[in-house]
Amino acid sequence: MPDLGPHAAFILAAYGFTFAAVAALAFFIVADDRKQRQLLADLEAKGIRRRSANTAGASKPARGRKP
Amino acid sequence: MPSLANPTRFLDLAGRLIPWLAALTAILFAVGLYLSFFVAPPDYQQGETVRIMFVHVPAAWLAMFGYTLIAIASLGTLIWRHPLADVAAKAAAPIGATFTLVALVTGSLWGKPMWGTYWVWDARLTSMLVLFLLYLGLIALWQAIEELGRAGRAAAILGLVGAINIPIIKFSVDWWNTLHQPASIVRLGGPTIDSSMLGALAVMAVTFTLLFVLLHVMAMRAEILRRRVRAMQQMQVEHAALAET
Amino acid sequence: MSSALALLARDVKLAFREGGAIGTALGFYLVVIAIAPLGLGPDLNLLARIAPGLLWVALLLAALLSADRIFHNDYEDGALDVLTTGPLPLPLVAAIKSLAHWLTTGVPLALLAPLLGLLLNLPAEASPFLVLAMLAGTPAVSFIAAIGASLTLGLKRSGLLLALLVLPLYVPVLIFGVAAASAAVAGPASPWPPFLMLCALSLASIVLAPLAAAASVRAALR
Repeated sequence: MPDLGPHAAFILAAYGFTFAAVAALAFFIVADDRKQRQLLADLEAKGIRRRSANTAGASKPARGRKP
Repeated sequence: MPSLANPTRFLDLAGRLIPWLAALTAILFAVGLYLSFFVAPPDYQQGETVRIMFVHVPAAWLAMFGYTLIAIASLGTLIWRHPLADVAAKAAAPIGATFTLVALVTGSLWGKPMWGTYWVWDARLTSMLVLFLLYLGLIALWQAIEELGRAGRAAAILGLVGAINIPIIKFSVDWWNTLHQPASIVRLGGPTIDSSMLGALAVMAVTFTLLFVLLHVMAMRAEILRRRVRAMQQMQVEHAALAET
Repeated sequence: MSSALALLARDVKLAFREGGAIGTALGFYLVVIAIAPLGLGPDLNLLARIAPGLLWVALLLAALLSADRIFHNDYEDGALDVLTTGPLPLPLVAAIKSLAHWLTTGVPLALLAPLLGLLLNLPAEASPFLVLAMLAGTPAVSFIAAIGASLTLGLKRSGLLLALLVLPLYVPVLIFGVAAASAAVAGPASPWPPFLMLCALSLASIVLAPLAAAASVRAALR
């Protein structure tokens, strides 16, 4: 690490905050992704099938489109 | 694009793309950090603190990129009725908001050694603050409306209204700034940018862009799965109700 | 045309009959301006300098307070559904309701402002231009508020959410509104450029905002 001068704390704080914010964002997104996959697996294990699971074109029933 | 409209195909594509994006982002980030700290020279006026520019400026660019994406997605929802448009818009909002916050905080930390205060109401920081508020509004609206169809359309309308307003807001803030600070023109970039700094800046900009795309694809995937879970939970309730009759 | 005027007359009459709506907005305006000096100190010079800004900010907040009534009552009792299928195009309905809000909230607030300016030691020469600027800018305030009102129809805490969504959109109106009001006093800049900008913003809002509001109403009623 080269000498960052008298304001080194600000530089490190800036990079540190950037890293922390991005890490937190990534953590929440990944956690959400995992949670949804877990819920999906649970529901499929209970034998519930999506209405359009048999067709290749999946529409999302929750959006209220007429099937 | 029509092939991507199918959520299942999108999920498939996402699953294959994400590992590569993650690896590429990590490598470029390492390269960018190296360039920022070891290759780029200190600024002749600001000294070492100019290195904050390498996170602040890309973050600001991505903040604007995020809202542009939301604006296009909003058109996709309202005009072309693309099935994944509202998923894209919803997923992009928190990511864009985070980058905006990073731009604000790093801008503030850059400002303290330069001008002596943590915040100045200069045109760029003020515009960035208003952009942050627009992001917060979008996120709040998404949270407030339960029904997905209405939420998607409402957020798209708000997204477009915001997008149309952003140039007007920028113009008025610029004007307001010159009104109140005619003498000093504060430019965060400094009067000159050395070409060796451009390299670090470019790499960090590409890194941040890839990072945005990576997080966005992951968030879209999570959102698509969330909607499937909701649909299946609804079916579960329906089956239970039917079983009782 | 007559059905449009009938709707306007009905909405204005309802607003006055409700009484509380206009009175509350004016009362809120008074309260905010009254307590601001308690927070800022009684220095008359300071208050005179910030008076245009304070008067504008408090006006925006007061106008927003009454914004969710633009569509709310008709949404609650089903009249909005009828209006959607009626002879008037929905954007026109939205425009008429925004106009009604301006007539019953924006204009009274603008007319009250010089009086409240006395509390803030606003110079007397500034009052006419203050009122003029506010009359020019409050249409934008009302028409943009209608977008917020239509987006938040029937939602919990809609008032707060509406303010959060709409206040950032008011930044240009605020900037030019204050500039027009204070340039007449502080000089040497002419108040006319920001005043014209204010008129432009209002005109643009009158034309474009009802389209967004109508689309939001349709989304809410589906």
